[in-house]
Amino acid sequence: MLDFVQQLVSGVALGCVYGLIALGFVLVYKATEVVNFAQGDLMMLGGFFAFTFIGMMGLNYWIGFAGAVAAMALFGMLAERIVVRPILGYPQFSIIMATIGLGYFLRSVAGMIWGTDDFKIETPFSQGVLRIGSLVLAHDKLSVIAATIILCALLWLFFNKTTLGTAMRASSENMLAAYYMGIPVKRVVSTVWAISAAVATCAGVLLAPITFIHSNVGLVLGLKAFPAAVLGGFGSIPGAVVGGVLIGVIESMAGFYLPEGWKDVAPYIVLLAVLLLKPEGLFGLHARKKV
Amino acid sequence: MRFLFKTDYEDDIRLFPHSGYVVSYGLLLAVLLVAPYVLSSYLMSQLVFVCIYATVGVALLILTGFTGQASLGHAAFLAIGAYTAAYLQKYNVPFPIYFLAAGVLTGCIGALVGFPALRLQGIYLVIATISFAFIVEEILARWESVTNGNEGMRVKALSLLGVTVSRDSPTFYFLCVAVLVLTIVGTLNLLRSPTGRAFVAIRDSETAARSMGVNVALYKVKSFAISAAITGFAGVLFAHKLSFISPEMFTLQLSIEFIIVILIGGTFSLHGAVLGAIFIVMIDPFLTYLKDDMPGIISGIVATFGAGPATAGNVQSKVAAFASLNGLKGAIYGIIIMLFVLFEPLGIYGRWLKIKLFFQLFPLYKRSTFKRQKIYVKSERNR
Repeated sequence: MLDFVQQLVSGVALGCVYGLIALGFVLVYKATEVVNFAQGDLMMLGGFFAFTFIGMMGLNYWIGFAGAVAAMALFGMLAERIVVRPILGYPQFSIIMATIGLGYFLRSVAGMIWGTDDFKIETPFSQGVLRIGSLVLAHDKLSVIAATIILCALLWLFFNKTTLGTAMRASSENMLAAYYMGIPVKRVVSTVWAISAAVATCAGVLLAPITFIHSNVGLVLGLKAFPAAVLGGFGSIPGAVVGGVLIGVIESMAGFYLPEGWKDVAPYIVLLAVLLLKPEGLFGLHARKKV
Repeated sequence: MRFLFKTDYEDDIRLFPHSGYVVSYGLLLAVLLVAPYVLSSYLMSQLVFVCIYATVGVALLILTGFTGQASLGHAAFLAIGAYTAAYLQKYNVPFPIYFLAAGVLTGCIGALVGFPALRLQGIYLVIATISFAFIVEEILARWESVTNGNEGMRVKALSLLGVTVSRDSPTFYFLCVAVLVLTIVGTLNLLRSPTGRAFVAIRDSETAARSMGVNVALYKVKSFAISAAITGFAGVLFAHKLSFISPEMFTLQLSIEFIIVILIGGTFSLHGAVLGAIFIVMIDPFLTYLKDDMPGIISGIVATFGAGPATAGNVQSKVAAFASLNGLKGAIYGIIIMLFVLFEPLGIYGRWLKIKLFFQLFPLYKRSTFKRQKIYVKSERNR
C-alpha cells in the first residue's frame, strides 16, 4: 500500500511535467490549429536558459526562473514570427514538418552551445522531504504538482475571463471571421506562442531536479507529452493535464509492477486503446462539419 | 514545347504521354545499368541506399501523398520486413520466398494498423502511428527468442538461384534497382486504376468521395496495406545491405527521415520520392566533404582577398573547429527542412516543374501559377 502511494505520487509529479508540456501543445493548437512538435525542445531550451542564469551566472533561483520565462516568451514569439506565421493557413502536414525541423535545429544548437552532458539546477526544493507517517514525499515532486495546479488555474482564468482569451478562442474557430471582426489575429498568435513557450519553460525548470537537463530531454519528454495531449483530447486544457497525469501514473505503475520493458510501452498501449474507443480523446469536443 | 492533344480517356492515363518520356527514362535506366562499372564502391553503396529509401518513399507517397493519411510509423514496417527476412533466412528459406513473405506479412500488419486508423485523422493518426512504431520497437527488443533482442541479428548474404550475392556486388545493386523500378511502375499503374483515383478522392475530400460512392474505409485500409507491403520489401533489401539489424536502427528518427524524403522531393509525384531519397542519402557524404574541405577553401578565399597567411590560418582553424562541432549536422538538417517548408513547399520536383514551365512559356511565365492557396476558415476539428 505504501509503495503504491509512493509510486502514485511520483507518477503524478512526472505526469504533471508531461501535462505542462502538453499544455503548451494544447494552447498553440487551440489558438491556431498548429501542432507544435518542437514543444519539448522549447522546454529543453527553457531549462538550459534557467541553468545559465542560475547555475552559471549565480542568480537567485526565483530571479533566474523569471528571467528564463521572459527570455523564452520572447523566443517563442520570434519562432512564431519566423517559422510559423508564413505558413499559417497551409495544410497541417506542412506545419508539422516545419516544427519538426525547428525541433531538430534547437536540439542540435543546444548541444553545440551547452554540450551533451547532463545538467542539474539547484532549487530551494531539492533537499526537503515531507513525512506523513511512514510516507516520504520529496519537496521537488510536490512543487511540480503545486506549480501545475497554479498554472492551470491561471490559464483557465485567462482563457475564460479575459478579452484576449476570448479573442484567442474566436481566432481558433475561424481565423478569417475573427480578423474581419477586428481581432488582431497576428498579435493573438504571437501571444499564444509566447505563453506556450513560457509554460514549457516552467516545465523545464520544475523538471530539472527530477530528470536532469540535457539536449535530448525535449525529444524524450515531448514524445510522452504528445500522447498526454491526445489522450485528453487535443484542444482541452484540463484534458492535457489529466492526460499527462494519467500517462505519468501509468508509466510509474508499469515500471513498478510489470516486468521490465513495459514501462516505456504501457502509455502507448493505453493511448491506442483509448483512441480506438473514443477517437477524439477523453475531453475532446465532438463537432461535426456542416456540408 | 510539345502540345499534347488528348482526344479520349486513354490519352489521359497513358504511362508515357509522348515519346520524349521513353527516351529520357530509357537514358536514365541505361545510366543506372552502367553505374556499377564506373562509380567507386562507396558511391555504389550510397546508390543502393538511394534505391531503398526511394522505395520506402514511394510507399509513403501512396499513403501520405495520395491518400492523405499521415504516418510517422514507417520505420516499424521496415523493421518488420527486415526481421522477417532475417528470421526466415536462419531456416534456409530461399530468398524469393522470404522476400514475398516479408511483403505479405508487413502488408497484413499494415492492414491491421489501417483498421484503427479509420476512426482517426490528422494529429490523432500521427500519434497512433508513432505509438505503433514504439510498440514494435519494444517488441523487437524484448522478443528475444525470435529477434535476439538488443543484441541484434546477423543477416547472411542473400543467395539467388544458388549464387551468393554479396551486399557490395553489382548484382545486389541491380536487384535493388529492379525492386525500385517495379515499385514505381506498379504504383503508376495503381494510381491510374480506379483504386488510385479513389485514393486521391479520399485525400481531396473524404465527404465528397463518400458521396460519390467510394468505400472510404476499404480504400484507406488498402492504402495502408499496400504502403506497408512495399516498405516490407524495402526492409528485406535494407537488412541485406546492412548485414546486421538491431531494434535501435528502426527509431522515430528513421520514420521522420522517410517523411523528409517525400517532403523534400515533393509530395505530389513519384519523381519526388526518388529525388528526396537522393537528397537524404547524399547529404551525409556532402556534409563530410564540407567538413574536410571547407576550412581550406574558406582560408583560400580569405588569402586571395589580401589577408596574411597568419589570418588565413587562424580562419582555417576557426572554421575547422566550427565544422567539427557536435550536432552541426542536425542543425543543418533542421534548417533545410524549415527552408523547404517555407520557401519550396512543392519540393525539388516542384522546382524542376517551375523551371520547365518557365522555359516553355518564356515571356509569359507567371510566378503565381504555383502559388498555394491559404485557407483560414477550415477547421480540422469539425469533420
